[in-house]
Amino acid sequence: MVTSFSVNGKEKTVQVDPQKPLLWVLREQLDLTGTKFGCGIAQCGACTVHIDGQAIRSCVTPIASVAGKAVTTIEGLKPESDEQHPLQQAWIEHQVPQCGYCQSGQLMSAAALLSENPNPNDADIDQAMKGNICRCGMYGRIREAIKAVAGSSVAEQFYDAMETNHG
Amino acid sequence: MGKWTRRAFLTTGVIAGGGLIVGVAMRPGNQAGELSDLLGDDGGQLVHAYVRIDSDNTITAMVPHSEMGQGAQTALAQMLAEELDADWNDMRIEEAPAIGAYSHYSLGRKYLLKGINFPDFIVPSVDGAMMKLMDNLGLQVTGGSMSIRMTGSLGMRVAGASTRQMLRKAAASAWQVPLKDITTDNSHLVHTPSSRREPYASFVNEVAKMTPSQTPEFKKAEDYKIVGKFVPRLDIPSKVDGSAQFALDIRRPGMLYATVIRAPVFGATIVSIDDQAARKIEGVADVIELPPAQSNMMIGGFQSSPAVAVIADSYWTAKKGRETLNITWSDVDLAARSSTDIFAQFAKDITASEERQSDRLQGDTPTQFLNASKVIEADYTVPFLAHTCMEPLNATAEISNGQCEIWVGCQNPLGFRKAVAEALSVDEEKVTLHNQLMGGGFGRKSRPDYAIQAAQIAKAVGRPIQLIWSREEDIRQDFYRPAIQSRFKGGIDENGKLLVWENTYVNKAEPTEAPLIPYAVEAQDIGHVSSPTHVPFGAWRSVDHSQHGFFTESFIDEAANATGKDALKFRLDLLKDKPRHLAVLKRAAEEANWETPLAKGRGKGISLQESFGSIVAQVVEVSIVDKSVSVDRVVAVIDPGLAIAPDGMKAQIESGIIYGLSAAMYGEITIQDGAVVESNFHDYRSLRMSDAPTIETHIINSGHELGGGGEPGTPGIAPALANAVYAASGIRVRSLPLMKAFSS
Repeated sequence: MVTSFSVNGKEKTVQVDPQKPLLWVLREQLDLTGTKFGCGIAQCGACTVHIDGQAIRSCVTPIASVAGKAVTTIEGLKPESDEQHPLQQAWIEHQVPQCGYCQSGQLMSAAALLSENPNPNDADIDQAMKGNICRCGMYGRIREAIKAVAGSSVAEQFYDAMETNHG
Repeated sequence: MGKWTRRAFLTTGVIAGGGLIVGVAMRPGNQAGELSDLLGDDGGQLVHAYVRIDSDNTITAMVPHSEMGQGAQTALAQMLAEELDADWNDMRIEEAPAIGAYSHYSLGRKYLLKGINFPDFIVPSVDGAMMKLMDNLGLQVTGGSMSIRMTGSLGMRVAGASTRQMLRKAAASAWQVPLKDITTDNSHLVHTPSSRREPYASFVNEVAKMTPSQTPEFKKAEDYKIVGKFVPRLDIPSKVDGSAQFALDIRRPGMLYATVIRAPVFGATIVSIDDQAARKIEGVADVIELPPAQSNMMIGGFQSSPAVAVIADSYWTAKKGRETLNITWSDVDLAARSSTDIFAQFAKDITASEERQSDRLQGDTPTQFLNASKVIEADYTVPFLAHTCMEPLNATAEISNGQCEIWVGCQNPLGFRKAVAEALSVDEEKVTLHNQLMGGGFGRKSRPDYAIQAAQIAKAVGRPIQLIWSREEDIRQDFYRPAIQSRFKGGIDENGKLLVWENTYVNKAEPTEAPLIPYAVEAQDIGHVSSPTHVPFGAWRSVDHSQHGFFTESFIDEAANATGKDALKFRLDLLKDKPRHLAVLKRAAEEANWETPLAKGRGKGISLQESFGSIVAQVVEVSIVDKSVSVDRVVAVIDPGLAIAPDGMKAQIESGIIYGLSAAMYGEITIQDGAVVESNFHDYRSLRMSDAPTIETHIINSGHELGGGGEPGTPGIAPALANAVYAASGIRVRSLPLMKAFSS
């Protein structure tokens, strides 16, 4: 079956089994390998991407359900201008990643949180991030990095720009 | 499990031959032979096996250790850059290839020749012999928290200092000035009297002709500018934008995907395979049987059952195919078929104590028990644990014209290369291994079973294939942290002094000192018995310390509780001749406000564990509400001698604590009818952000010999947690995971 959708602002058409999960279409058909496989049953969050701005687990999202929608992956998190997303900067500043394998998913979950709630408290952060496992255990650093961006003027400008670009 | 003992090295060493006097060509550091492939093509030079200097004066550290998140590559580059007086901004890192020149001779020198101070003139020959031995053994291991303390201390520092020495000689000769007038500054040579200054790159051709010294002079610690300072990790930028390349991200032309299933009951073989349904699925290319695999290597040796592989145009299709297979496995005759049987067997074997082997026997234990006014006894157990690296096991293999290429993330590239060559029955030279970043390792990726399977499949289908294990396979076919039991008996006199410590446990592995205690208890009888199970086991972050840390630091707490003394004070009284331990423990208590009481339902627990050359104390604070345990805060203090990368050290301690806490709270692999019950993160739980405590880490740079960082954070969290739970609730948890004691 042919499915059309946009990925990081570009139109894509693939011919695959409609049940094939978005994760494997991204990785195998579209060569976007930044989105990771961790569990296959929406338990670990390594495969998190945005569909129309919402964080979802791509390992359990059939490609047919994505038709006509806008997908953003880690490769598209930063804007065209080539600057980093404020969260990516904070991730570097706080030296968050260890092995780094879960971090695409962590960043996508955190970005979705901040776009909806620019000033999350600890409970909001827990709620938004508890679907993302980090086996290296960098939760403290992830929390600090999110807080560093939350409510900052850099973030507000960034999200305003995102709205203009994608909205 | 590989035995990391001196005796094992010595025995193998004799078999491997390779006398102590070897030629210059075998000396580490030389840039000869197979290393020439690594020469920069733009006029750069490999001036030392560990150092490449390019014409733009960038310096690349050739690091013979894998990156699984621990940050050792950056720390090793810091050690090199420091002694080389390099400009950190122009430093790069490249992982050294899986070839003999990068085997771990420093490991050999550290373990095999422990404590021997060789005269300088023989050090190069000794290192050369070690390199040959380690190559023969297939050792290029990242594990045992040893990258910094071995390769760093005995390799990278030496490479940096000797390269600097050669550069100075080359400049003195080119400028025709006395050597003493040449100094170095930020990757430049400087003639002090004239202030003439040229980049290192100008002299690389001369340096490449010289033989590096294995005994150069080192900088003084007080002159360090890079070591011990914060530098951002060089691998992090690629890990925030999806561009970091893991083995799973490898793509080869015409590549197919494969997934496997191995006998759920360890040791079973295949009786029959019904693959009719799988073969009808569009995209499934083949279903094949894989022969059992094994490796006899000292580190990473294993035996595994046969497997069935499904090959398809997508992992998802292969996985669908796998789910439709109907395989009949052979029946296996097992002594203990379930976890309950296994623990019953442990208890029985400890009670019988036949052929008990001693780890430590000192003082007169029977008399001290007679002198004791109070005797306490306790049995502890810990379950099997899986590693669950974030990146499921995978490997990509391509075989053409008799050459095999493997892309894999592993903790022992040289060993994996040997194991794949053995499995394919080809010469090692026919196998090229490209090691990748690992999405976690924790000990699991030191076993080459998955790389061998990938090679077997590629050979069978004649196309490049990427083998990906499902998470279910990852959890059910691990080399598990062994479940064990440990039994204690202690005697205390009327003044509350611990007189005697008796301990018997099952199934010793490594490191040998894991069950030993630092406390001044006069009579000690610590020993073990063998109680084998059919469950495959292997190294799991901190290895035997992960179990014994929980046992010994819980029992010392029980002893303190029995005397009515404060758990901290009780320990301090038994550490009077251990100044480093005392300092670490006192600092942890101070940072955690040990003396300040907590509200009802809350509690603090403490632990102390020396492992991999570092001493760590932890204080945990918990709250218990309605049988639900919340871990609020962890204060950790580590004395690693000197933290090369202080922020990296802190990150490793945080990581080790969360890894150990996941296990202590939830981790349990259950055996039922001979097979593993758990299958994915829903039933083999991992700590999540909402359960994670705040962690404060403090470092004491005592100036002692360098200790490790990757593992020492893990052993102390379970006992500190159990001790805190006892303080909060009066419930003594002697069997992990803790959650079982608190599930209503």
